[in-house]
Amino acid sequence: MQDELVIGGKKFNSRFILGSGKFSLKFMLSVIDNAEVEMVTVALRRANIGGGNNILDYIPKDITLLPNTSGARTAEEAVRIARLSREVGCGNFVKLEIIGDSKYLLPNNYETIKATEILANEGFIVMPYMYPDLYVARDLVNAGASAVMPLGAPIGTNKGLKTKEFIKILVNEIDLPIIVDAGIGRPSEACEAMEIGVSAVMANTAIATAGNVDIMASAFKNAIIAGRQAYLAGLGRVLDNKAEASSPLTGFLED
Amino acid sequence: MKNTDTDIMQYLDGMQIINHDIMDNVEKLYNNFDYNIITENDVKIALSKDVLNITDFATLLSPIADKFLEDMAVRAKAETHKHFGNTISVYTPLYIANYCESHCVYCGFNCMNKIHRAKLTLDEIEAELKAIANLGFKEILILTGESRKKSNVEYIGSAVSIAKKYFATIGVEIYPLNSDEYAYLHSLGADYVSVYQETYNHTKYAEQHLRGEKRVFPYRFNAQERALIGGMRGVCFGALLGLDDWRKDAFAVGCHAYLLQKKYPFAEISFSCPRMRPYINNSKNNPRDVHERQLLQVILAYRIFMPYATINISTREQQSFRDGVIGLACNKISAGSKVGVGGHDGEEKGDEQFDISDPRDLQQINSMLEGKGLQPIFTDSQYLVE
Repeated sequence: MQDELVIGGKKFNSRFILGSGKFSLKFMLSVIDNAEVEMVTVALRRANIGGGNNILDYIPKDITLLPNTSGARTAEEAVRIARLSREVGCGNFVKLEIIGDSKYLLPNNYETIKATEILANEGFIVMPYMYPDLYVARDLVNAGASAVMPLGAPIGTNKGLKTKEFIKILVNEIDLPIIVDAGIGRPSEACEAMEIGVSAVMANTAIATAGNVDIMASAFKNAIIAGRQAYLAGLGRVLDNKAEASSPLTGFLED
Repeated sequence: MKNTDTDIMQYLDGMQIINHDIMDNVEKLYNNFDYNIITENDVKIALSKDVLNITDFATLLSPIADKFLEDMAVRAKAETHKHFGNTISVYTPLYIANYCESHCVYCGFNCMNKIHRAKLTLDEIEAELKAIANLGFKEILILTGESRKKSNVEYIGSAVSIAKKYFATIGVEIYPLNSDEYAYLHSLGADYVSVYQETYNHTKYAEQHLRGEKRVFPYRFNAQERALIGGMRGVCFGALLGLDDWRKDAFAVGCHAYLLQKKYPFAEISFSCPRMRPYINNSKNNPRDVHERQLLQVILAYRIFMPYATINISTREQQSFRDGVIGLACNKISAGSKVGVGGHDGEEKGDEQFDISDPRDLQQINSMLEGKGLQPIFTDSQYLVE
């Protein structure tokens, strides 16, 4: 059986989404090849359309563009960026990023819900970046999101899956793809995220700042596949340190 | 305007007065900053922290921290990488006028200097901007001297409107404005404002700024806050290091930026680090002179303290230093800088404010960056006013 990721009706074989904001453009193509990704995020503010070093010129046409709204501080600004991105031909996918804090770069969940509703109504396939909160995730579903993208740790920190327990709750309760965005610093952490059942992982800094970006891209790809397979296989029973009773605790039952 | 004898804390007519909370706090911190009591252990503790507070920042500017310059560089590089990856923003400045009504003792543009003054016409501005855009730039910094009369806000607004046709990102480095004037420039396309306090030492400030609006310390101090109130996206800070005690001024700059960002969390913070160059081979060199090593200490301290801030490396610095700090701690660099009036489309029309030490053009800067494995980027913001 094909294990496809479906977002907004579009099918993907890869569960690895590549961020592009911190890369040397000359590595972009080989990283995409090594990562075998099918979706790459692009910050519209970086798209130097018609000019030099335009990131859009470095992404193969068969890759699905996931324009993000980085730079937006409010729902209104995010909506404007999304519309601009569609106008310049970046398609209907949008990774909604609304950040009103330049220090920690944490998403503003409230503004994100507002923008999701507006953009979903305009036919966008909205993938909102959010702080993992169950109520917010439910509101995003109701607002028309096509996926939910909780942070593992603050953007760029490479601190790993700090919000794991909250992401698990989203995996259990939300019937949309849960995609871990931000904070994943190592392939092992991407694998761990996949093992708990998230649908995909996004990474940028961890690869862009690696000693060898191509090898690291490949390592992430393999880790994500391994984590997904482990999830599908069903992790074996892992005993904790509690002793098992030598006599059955239910031995008092007579029948 | 002659106000040599006026109190620098006294506002002039028409100047908007806003809350002084940040200025009062910076002044307290500045006055209490005694870098001689900082120990090696303090520096080690600061460098071991994930997130530094103001006290930790102070330790990194101390004389004893000089011993840890390499450790600071290692930490700074990691932070730069974490926040900006391989990307370096590239821009160029355009001086549209050099008329000035302030008398700042150290400045080549000051109103008492008999220099060749000029102001570009709007047609000349358009020609300049077009020439710059044709080189591939997408970010422009528009500068004037400090003359409300000769380069009034409407004139600057016209320049911003023209720039909007050619550039994705527009910053202004002009005399301080009221918040409604900043809002006006923002509505026309400007998103970023640079204002340098020069020194945070009130006595020195009074000695160095003899007349003009610039003599009014608090009006200048609160310019960044008024810019944010006016809707600007980001603000840049700096002191002219070496004008007074550079450690204290650099500390005050960091505190100023930190406290403003705390009050306005959305604000994008930038630093520039201009310095007075010490005389080479001068036996009377002051121990407080800012040589490259000291300048580097300041830049590294900014990066470690506020790792998310943009740090711009000045064209006043020589090539080797600029190449060394870019990607290490600085994430923004100018190319093809001209510091006279105009000059991108033909001859410069007014005298230069200072000598530039790195005349490399965009292509040369790009080559240098790419040679270091860095990625020049020309646009990194989106103007979002409908």
